[in-house]
Amino acid sequence: MPFKRNIEVGRVALVNLKADKRYGKLVVIVDIVDQNRVLVAAPGVKRDVISLKRVAITDMKVECERACDEAALNAAWKAGEVESKWAASAWGKKIARQNARASLTDFERFKVALARTKRSALIKKALAA
Amino acid sequence: MAKKKSPKFYPGDDVKKPIKRTVVHNPTKLRASIAPGQILILLAGHFKGKRVVFIKQLASGLLLVAGPYGVNGVPIKRVNQRYVIATSEKVDVSKVDAAKFDDAYFKKPAKERFNKKSEEEFFKAGSEKKELPASYIEDNKKVDAALSAAISATPYLKEYMSTLFTLKSGDKPHEMKF
Repeated sequence: MPFKRNIEVGRVALVNLKADKRYGKLVVIVDIVDQNRVLVAAPGVKRDVISLKRVAITDMKVECERACDEAALNAAWKAGEVESKWAASAWGKKIARQNARASLTDFERFKVALARTKRSALIKKALAA
Repeated sequence: MAKKKSPKFYPGDDVKKPIKRTVVHNPTKLRASIAPGQILILLAGHFKGKRVVFIKQLASGLLLVAGPYGVNGVPIKRVNQRYVIATSEKVDVSKVDAAKFDDAYFKKPAKERFNKKSEEEFFKAGSEKKELPASYIEDNKKVDAALSAAISATPYLKEYMSTLFTLKSGDKPHEMKF
């Protein structure tokens, strides 16, 4: 069975090294430098060489030429509907949920805990019946 | 050039000159995250873990807070802002009349320390229960009434205020937003 996610021009990747300033951002591979490093760019992310150890490869791909300019990349990003596809994917949803949980305030955390108690009480009741 | 005449007589003893004190005590700055009506978490003392309402800052820099008493048992009291976490939740405190509360209001009456007790009094002491001044209880009730109305306006806020703040395993307070 062939690989489905290849390191190739147009492949969308997620920066997942916490120390990296682009952590959590989606980027497009624009060119391949060598076995370990690629050139990445995205709307809002400056074009830069990044180690492949710092990125996770996604299923998404955009149609762009090798080492294409910023305007072409932005157009490809839009045409590929990267952001909406990402938001709909399980992976994207998981990260959005983690971020939402982390940014809860003290009162909101209390309300979540309250809702959880209510839910578990309902489940207990339903299972007992 | 006019020369200053030296005095004919010197005082026999040294006259002490008072030292000039030029230090000006700067007023305590209120932390940027704290504003009137802000809900705070107390971190030290008898009421640690309680969530209270901040009413105003007093001249000494201490914060005037109230539980209020009817909601979580914290009376009107003063706390240092060091021993407090400010949350992002706020209630309306415009209805609270806090004009009479200042640092002098909280000053305790001086203890009778030097009057020695007779043997009889010594063993009797402790049986009498100290009672709070009626005016203090009255003031608490007034603040209570104003704050309870504001707290009831937001759903679940009363339950929140009456629950103690705790950390559970896996909680990272330095990464949490309050």
